[in-house]
Amino acid sequence: MRSRLAGWAFLLPLVAYLAVCYAYPLFTNVDLSIRGYTVRSFVHGGAPLVGFANYATVFGDPTFRTALVNTVLFTLVSLFFQYTIGLAAALFFARGFRLSATLRALFLVPWLLPLIVSASTWAWLLNSESGLVNTALKVVGLDPVNWLTSPQWSLVSVTIANIWIGIPFNLVVLYSGLQNIPREVYEASSLDGASGWQTFWHVTFPLLRPVSAITLLLGLVYTLKVFDVIWIMTKGGPSGSSTTLATWSYELGFGNMLPRFGPSAAVGNVLILIAVVAGLLYIRMQRRQELS
Amino acid sequence: MTSWRTPVGVLLTALMLFPVYWMINVSLTPMSDMRKSPSLFPVNPTTEGYARVLREQIPYLGTSLLVAAGTVVLTLALAAPAAYSLAKLRPAGRQTLSFVLLVAQMIPGIIMALGFYGIYVKLGITNTVWGLVLADSTIAVPFATLILTSFMASVPDEVLQAARIDGAGPWRSFVSIVLPASRNGMITAALFSFLWAWSDFLFAATLDSGGRLQPLTLGIYRYIGNNNQEWNSIMATAVVASVPATVLIVVAQRYVAAGVTSGAVKD
Repeated sequence: MRSRLAGWAFLLPLVAYLAVCYAYPLFTNVDLSIRGYTVRSFVHGGAPLVGFANYATVFGDPTFRTALVNTVLFTLVSLFFQYTIGLAAALFFARGFRLSATLRALFLVPWLLPLIVSASTWAWLLNSESGLVNTALKVVGLDPVNWLTSPQWSLVSVTIANIWIGIPFNLVVLYSGLQNIPREVYEASSLDGASGWQTFWHVTFPLLRPVSAITLLLGLVYTLKVFDVIWIMTKGGPSGSSTTLATWSYELGFGNMLPRFGPSAAVGNVLILIAVVAGLLYIRMQRRQELS
Repeated sequence: MTSWRTPVGVLLTALMLFPVYWMINVSLTPMSDMRKSPSLFPVNPTTEGYARVLREQIPYLGTSLLVAAGTVVLTLALAAPAAYSLAKLRPAGRQTLSFVLLVAQMIPGIIMALGFYGIYVKLGITNTVWGLVLADSTIAVPFATLILTSFMASVPDEVLQAARIDGAGPWRSFVSIVLPASRNGMITAALFSFLWAWSDFLFAATLDSGGRLQPLTLGIYRYIGNNNQEWNSIMATAVVASVPATVLIVVAQRYVAAGVTSGAVKD
């Protein structure tokens, strides 16, 4: 009995914190999304209930389609390249060689840098006039590309930067997944005369599947959230061409002098719905892995 | 057989870290050379960018340190006792709480930022450092609690039973046995809380953009927003902002790797 009380006493600060710092902001967000807030009523209160009007505004806005499509493209393309490059690097490092531990640690740097640092570095690399990438294109005789300022390329550019940031995470997780595959499996496979590629495709990859699934789902949850990289590189522009649900929500609420908190919160709540569905999938996956 | 891997590995790592090198290169390039076609090495290295960082960014730097340190303290103070309870006292409802913590990590920051903004405006506490600390801690608390729970779960129950027989209460066991035994977990949780609070841009931009004390990420953002974008100053500030991450890689590599994999792979 005493120990049960103690158990709750030690949890109490965290539970109170979750109520104040998670539940309350989330509730505020829902409240914002169903009221017609103006700047004045935001400060002084008394905004009228408008039900789903903000959601109707958001869904009716042509930007919604663009933001949704961009979110899907940005997420899927990022995940695909982060995973394949991360896996290739993990396989490369799995053998262990001189300096491998040091090099693997250095690979982590992009993931640990503040996002504003990575994003502004990429913005300068991709700068139209003075960026290194366009200079390199000129050297090989190609025309310069307006990476960040043309609607065709802006989403590609922010996706490239985001892939770079996400590779280390995939590498570390997949690497430790590879370490957990018993050596004997490989020995048996090579005794059977399997080539390196066959071993990968028929042995390593299937055995790695649970770890792969979890890596991809975690990546999905992380990528849906991405805001800093896009906002710092392009602000979602030009004219919405690289906007995602996350940057659109920010833009509506904080991007200009006339904030539209209601629609901003509505977009946020759509995003949270997608993120939580992905999150629940992840949790189910992990549970199943723990059981097996 | 493994000999070819070392040079290839060095090459791949160099390729991966090229943008980081480029940031350092640009930070040392004089403004007058910035609009010419870029050279691969700092041919006329200058420290004017860093001089400007020293002149203008010191207050931002101090605020970032303060916010990050505050976030670490708050996060550990909340997470460690809760993790002890989840791992060792095991009250009813702990599974629900663990589930809530997992889901909490998935909530996009923009939603938290807007919610916090609504609350802070109502209470009149926008643009305060402690308000920013409170918001930044939400990035770290669920992660810290979960990782500390798994570290504390590996403290043997027999040790705690023996302590109980010797008359130690739950608090005593927590402070003298479980906390010291999970030192590595505390370090990992502290590292990540520090790094996330240090790197935070979204909460700073929404909750502290008019504050007297602003973090370094906003300092960089201001530089980028200026019309006469002085990229050597921007990159010099970015280099300074990267110092904590680099130090972590050097001195605490194994804790970092432990933190990355803890959520995703079970040993």
